[in-house]
Amino acid sequence: MSVLLIAEHNNKEIKSFTLNAITAASQIDEDLHVLLIGHNADEVAKSLSLVPNVKKVIQVDNEIYENYLAENFTPVVLKQAENYSHIVCSANTFGKNLMPRIAALLDTSQVSDIIKVISADTFLRPIYAGNAFATVKSSDAKKCVTIRPTSFEAAQTSGGTAEIIKADTHEAAKNTKFIKKEEVKSDRPELGTARIVISGGRGMQSGENFKLITDIADKLNAAIGASRAAVDAGYITNDHQVGQTGKVVVPDLYIAVGISGAIQHLAGMKESKIIVAINKDGEAPIFSVADYGLEADLFEALPKFLEELNKLNTIQK
Amino acid sequence: MKILVAVKRVIDYNVQIRVKEDGTGVVTDNVKMSTNPPDDNAIEEAVKIKESGKASEIVAITVGEEKAQETVRKALAVGADRGIHIKADGIIEPLAVSKILQKVVDKEKPDLVFMGKQAIDDDCNQTGQMLAALLNWPQATFASKIEVKEKTLEVTREVDEGLETIEVSIPAIVTCDLRLNEPRYASLPNIMKAKKKPIEQINASDLGVDVKPRIEQLKVEEPPKRKAGIKVSSVEELVQKLKNEAKVI
Amino acid sequence: MSREVMEYDVVIVGGGPSGLSTAIKLKQLNPDINVCLLEKASEVGAHILSGNVFETRALDELLPNWKELNAPIKTKVTKEKFLFLGKTKKISWPTWLLPKVQQNHNNYIISLANLCRWLAEQAESLGIEIFPGFPASEIIYNEDGSVKGVATQDMGLDKEGNKKDSYEPGIELHAKVTVFAEGCRGHLGKQLIKKFDLDKGKDPQQYGIGFKEIWEIKEENHQEGLVMHTAGWPLDKSTYGGSFVYHAENRQVFLGYVIGLDYKNPHLSPFDEFQRFKTHPSIKSVIEGGKRISYGARALIEGGFQSLPKMFMPGALLVGCDAGTLNMPKIKGSHTAMKSGMIAAETIADHLKENKNLSVYEDKFKKSWLYKELFEARNVKPSFSWGLILGIIFTGIDQILFRGKLPFTLRHKHADHQTLKPANKMPKIEYPKPDNVITFDKTSSVYLTGTNHADNQPVHLQLKDKDLPINFTLEKFDEPAQRYCPVGVYEVQRENDKDKFVINSQNCIHCKTCDIKEPSQNINWVTPEGGGGPKYGNM
Repeated sequence: MSVLLIAEHNNKEIKSFTLNAITAASQIDEDLHVLLIGHNADEVAKSLSLVPNVKKVIQVDNEIYENYLAENFTPVVLKQAENYSHIVCSANTFGKNLMPRIAALLDTSQVSDIIKVISADTFLRPIYAGNAFATVKSSDAKKCVTIRPTSFEAAQTSGGTAEIIKADTHEAAKNTKFIKKEEVKSDRPELGTARIVISGGRGMQSGENFKLITDIADKLNAAIGASRAAVDAGYITNDHQVGQTGKVVVPDLYIAVGISGAIQHLAGMKESKIIVAINKDGEAPIFSVADYGLEADLFEALPKFLEELNKLNTIQK
Repeated sequence: MKILVAVKRVIDYNVQIRVKEDGTGVVTDNVKMSTNPPDDNAIEEAVKIKESGKASEIVAITVGEEKAQETVRKALAVGADRGIHIKADGIIEPLAVSKILQKVVDKEKPDLVFMGKQAIDDDCNQTGQMLAALLNWPQATFASKIEVKEKTLEVTREVDEGLETIEVSIPAIVTCDLRLNEPRYASLPNIMKAKKKPIEQINASDLGVDVKPRIEQLKVEEPPKRKAGIKVSSVEELVQKLKNEAKVI
Repeated sequence: MSREVMEYDVVIVGGGPSGLSTAIKLKQLNPDINVCLLEKASEVGAHILSGNVFETRALDELLPNWKELNAPIKTKVTKEKFLFLGKTKKISWPTWLLPKVQQNHNNYIISLANLCRWLAEQAESLGIEIFPGFPASEIIYNEDGSVKGVATQDMGLDKEGNKKDSYEPGIELHAKVTVFAEGCRGHLGKQLIKKFDLDKGKDPQQYGIGFKEIWEIKEENHQEGLVMHTAGWPLDKSTYGGSFVYHAENRQVFLGYVIGLDYKNPHLSPFDEFQRFKTHPSIKSVIEGGKRISYGARALIEGGFQSLPKMFMPGALLVGCDAGTLNMPKIKGSHTAMKSGMIAAETIADHLKENKNLSVYEDKFKKSWLYKELFEARNVKPSFSWGLILGIIFTGIDQILFRGKLPFTLRHKHADHQTLKPANKMPKIEYPKPDNVITFDKTSSVYLTGTNHADNQPVHLQLKDKDLPINFTLEKFDEPAQRYCPVGVYEVQRENDKDKFVINSQNCIHCKTCDIKEPSQNINWVTPEGGGGPKYGNM
């Protein structure tokens, strides 16, 4: 039994999600091989070989893999799949697009977006936008699994010595053509995928006061969120709304400022890894989900927070 | 050009779902059901294409129990021309749905198949891609913009890094993102007219597709409740904790 | 601007028990009558909330074979209790000493929402067109002033009332007779009562706010078929109200509280009284270890006979609680609402066939058991304006000794919006903080209702004077909207050292309490975009 993980990368470096997926994949089975499909991606192959959890790197190189198209990737994966019990990749837009195409051709019912490996055939996965967890057992001989990256630690990136082997390429798909990719222009990360989100609520008292939040977001390279109360009050536009009727976010760090923590808001952020609450009402429900709570007037706390951040030598981006 | 649009009946997105105490699933009795939200976008886009004169017929299809027809009826009320209801009870996995759709595509020979990118109940995000694989058609998933050209579609896709544009030749599968358009309301006269539009009913078993689940759902439970952490006494302490303990900044 | 028009024989506004019964009866009397029914909720039942202990009398007449048709009426009342609550104590009142109207042994514990869903199926099978998600927002009149029909709400307007891309204009539904069955404080019914002066010579209407939660409780605490009512704590003796605890099927308990909206203390919070009530040992012991699965609230009519307006006007009829047919001492309005709808249907069938005047409605009503029931019940609610003890003593005499046949009628003196005393004259009430086990706050409660209204639409809670809440009501009554709204739609926020009145209209569960209780009648509830509001399951 061996696991084949399909790496996501940009031909220069591994996407961090792949490292999280590697951790999950090696929990399924230690004999983990990584399939790297790309063009001129030797650097990526090398860094993958240094990941201790990876036992072998299979590199497929051709200019047709410069950009990622599921139609081009699928036959390559299918060819390799023969030797593996599990085909896995991360459940971001890359893996979500690719894996079902592979699964259907292997006649396998895919297990999407797992958050825990219970055994080689049994997994935990969220359903109903995380409002319920299902324990599911796959009966297919060959299993196709996608992995929610935020539920697993990133694998270590040094110390490994996996061999790198080359494998065959395949014909390019005729019916699909890559045209262009536009990275999001704004300097600020997207709310849905940002590593850090800082949100303001009704406690901000005005739209102008959101400047205090913007300053910190700039410093932390964070996305800006808001509670429905703040949106309703007109402090900020509704594309910033986090919650049941807004966006659901799962960042590494969520900072809730002047947000009382109505359950509708909690529904949109309670899966975040670390939650910080800054609120002057010590009884606010937000504190019941916060890892770190600071009971303070936000108009004093936020400038101070920025000041402290400025004192730090390094900030993770 | 003919467009087939697949729609699914799910628990309404406003309803707070409740997990059954015996762990066999979630409560669906007397719960408001609706069309899966991005499926509404899929129908809307098909109707827009038809209105622009580039499509001549829209067929709405669903797979599910008797009441699943409601979603097809709704699609008919906003502009689909006729409906197909594949009757099947219980959990039908995306793989089985895509095999059913494959059979229907073989018969109906549409030029395009649209559907939502993901259903909000099982959150699988598989059916469109699987159908594309089985038909060996190109797939344009998570579409937020579709431009219909002579023999191709230019589709803008919502991906993690931003936007990606691809060109797929027709026939093709498109799965739709909520950002694709704003679905219209069904007007009352159109709902009336929709009642007279035909819906063909076919038993899944008659299509020769094995719909038996391959994945056993062992248990459904509520997510664990998050516990309160600690209160810090100052901003300095907070920043130190975030830096050194949580290691997130 | 001309709107599209659709013509029907009869248009019914509202898919509750009265509207659906009207529709079914009409088709039974004459299958050729074409009937259309509009419902503002996303589906029939989604805006229905009621106790409910159901008396089958009207249904027996309407659909005698309801059992064969598998009506969701299963749990027969097997046991009854009535408790007077003190803060921690209770006195159990023997049920044989209860007035007959409060005895329930032939009745059933049901979900009215589910009954309405079932009635809607029956209606559709008879060929009635039901359109959920289409609120009737406007009354259309003929040139002679008679009611011509209704218009549905425009869809796809933004906050300022501008048309969005998705704009879909409302349409006009014209009918020979329009039936208004919106339930308590219908926003069109309100306009009709005013325009046609239907309440002339009647007492001001009386209302209550009813809360309901559904709990799934432990097996050992559950007694299917048990009906329990309480009076007393936590309300003071001058506030009218009480609770219900119904043990339904599937280990569920329907738990609720009703408070008269004629309460005087602006500091009173009906929601918090209800939450506090659950902490009483006799209640807590039932729900402890269980789980709250639903929440909701709705205003109800308590005025009865004295406040019942004239129910006919040129071209239209009022049925059910859009007029106010609830029987307060019985704590039941479903069978009376249904019966009023059935009488309305008979009237309309005669009208369409023989061109009989719609005033026949009143004659038929007076000859029915419905009239007798409401007449005999008439003195109970007003007697409680003397306080709980005197009210109970009087009710005993009136209902047990005289069976409602006392030769006089007590009056309702004030409308509910007139009863509040200034905030500085009344004691403040300290409510305990929710423990999130037995008691909860408003936000986690509204979450359970599945309520939403599409973003970016005009606010459907209109202020006649937008400055009044801060300039007058806050000072004089400590803005009671903050407390009487059961889901916290209204808030007074301190912003840059100024008070601001905030309306979170997205949370509105369409209970109509604000429209009733606002002391200056400054809040006007109008229909939001179709499908908005709660999505109740088996309420």
